[in-house]
Amino acid sequence: MENPGGSSLPAFLELQRTRVLCKADAPTHTEGFQYSGAFAAMGVDTSVSVEKFCSNFKIEINRLTEEDMEFDMIGVDASIANAFRRILISEVPTMAIEKVFMVDNTSVIADEVLSHRLGLIPLDADPRLFEYISDDVPNERNTIVYKLHVSCEKGSQRLTVKSGQLEWLPEGSQLTMASPAQSGDNQRTYTSFGQSQQNTSERPLGVKYKDITIARLGPGQAIELEAHAVKGVGKVHAKWSPVATAWYRMLPEVVLLKEIKDGDAEELVKKCPVNVFDIEDLGNGKKRAVVAKPRACTLCRECVRPTDDQVELRRVRDHFIFTIESTGALPPEVLFTEAVKILEEKCERVISELS
Amino acid sequence: MEHGSLTDSSASTFSIMEEDHTLANSVRFVLNQDPRVAFCGYSIPHPADNKVNIRVQTTGDPAKDVMKDALQDLMVMGQHVRGTFDKAVADFKSKMPAEQMDVDVNQQ
Ligand code: SF4
Repeated sequence: MENPGGSSLPAFLELQRTRVLCKADAPTHTEGFQYSGAFAAMGVDTSVSVEKFCSNFKIEINRLTEEDMEFDMIGVDASIANAFRRILISEVPTMAIEKVFMVDNTSVIADEVLSHRLGLIPLDADPRLFEYISDDVPNERNTIVYKLHVSCEKGSQRLTVKSGQLEWLPEGSQLTMASPAQSGDNQRTYTSFGQSQQNTSERPLGVKYKDITIARLGPGQAIELEAHAVKGVGKVHAKWSPVATAWYRMLPEVVLLKEIKDGDAEELVKKCPVNVFDIEDLGNGKKRAVVAKPRACTLCRECVRPTDDQVELRRVRDHFIFTIESTGALPPEVLFTEAVKILEEKCERVISELS
Repeated sequence: MEHGSLTDSSASTFSIMEEDHTLANSVRFVLNQDPRVAFCGYSIPHPADNKVNIRVQTTGDPAKDVMKDALQDLMVMGQHVRGTFDKAVADFKSKMPAEQMDVDVNQQ
């Protein structure tokens, strides 16, 4: 048997160390060997020093569009890959609508439901250009203001309100606060912008997708509101999550344990719903099953039922097929680099706390 | 915060606020690769607490130094991941034909 990791362990141990086996009833060797000295008694060092990590680590990009990307991350432990995934989902900041000021809402959608729908709309604003809002007043560095003012005329058709009708107000809020006694305060609005946001970014800070249905209005109904978007992270509320989802799977490895011929081969090919297996023609009517597309394997385990003595399903422990689907604020490749930066910042914070 | 013994610096528990499995599990992995570490593990005392305890026992070196080295290593790994990733993205983009390039829908 081949020795996949290239170390000098016996092949069966090396297999247990570098692969997860998926048997018909349950997976085995899922834990791996965490401890670096696990094989010290055999004179084999399996630890991953930083230098070793750097020389073995590889990334191969398979797909990259504006919305999503898929890449292979090779030579990394699940704990690190999982840290990136967790950070992508819950700790990379974005902008999302957090406060809604209702002036008028006579639609059938209740205020709080409408506000929730607004919160979930992806905004086309780079969060790196903004600060978190603390107790201080909303200003041009921490808040983006949108206005929505739609009404449906009496006697006309029902109206669908789309996200594209949210109008960006680069000069800040246009609503004046309930006037206190002094007349001088009458002009105070809900934000105090020092300057216009017009030049904050190259693009207008609009919504990412203009065709999201917000509400429907019947004749005579109207919505007038102002929405304030702030910076936040996904662990506070999912509306701030920059990814629709981010996930990984381990690279599948499908191995034929013995030669599978003729009728058996055809049966095996038919069993697999994603066509992992193929038939090789050996000439004079003889056929043999081969593994053609192991990457497509979904681990449905159909091919190891009822017996798993023909095929062995394995996963490569340190090879992850990573997929990131962005909701639009930042392209997926930027999200990933931001996530790695956040992990580095976490380390830095704890180091400085310990010093 | 570090909880250790005054006389024996080789074993300590580090309580880190505002962190979870994300950092603790990664650090545990890096600590496990260090030959000076005899034992390490982490736990989250209560799911509602925003805190994680990381236990480090070494073969003699101060646990705090080993912990700091592990965090430093994790940072270096992060930098390497970022560098490799950026290079892979640049290579991929330069290989793509022009019409397939990222085009922003809002700029068309
Ligand atoms: S587990 Fe399912 S998908 Fe994978 S090779 Fe077997 S039959 Fe095909």
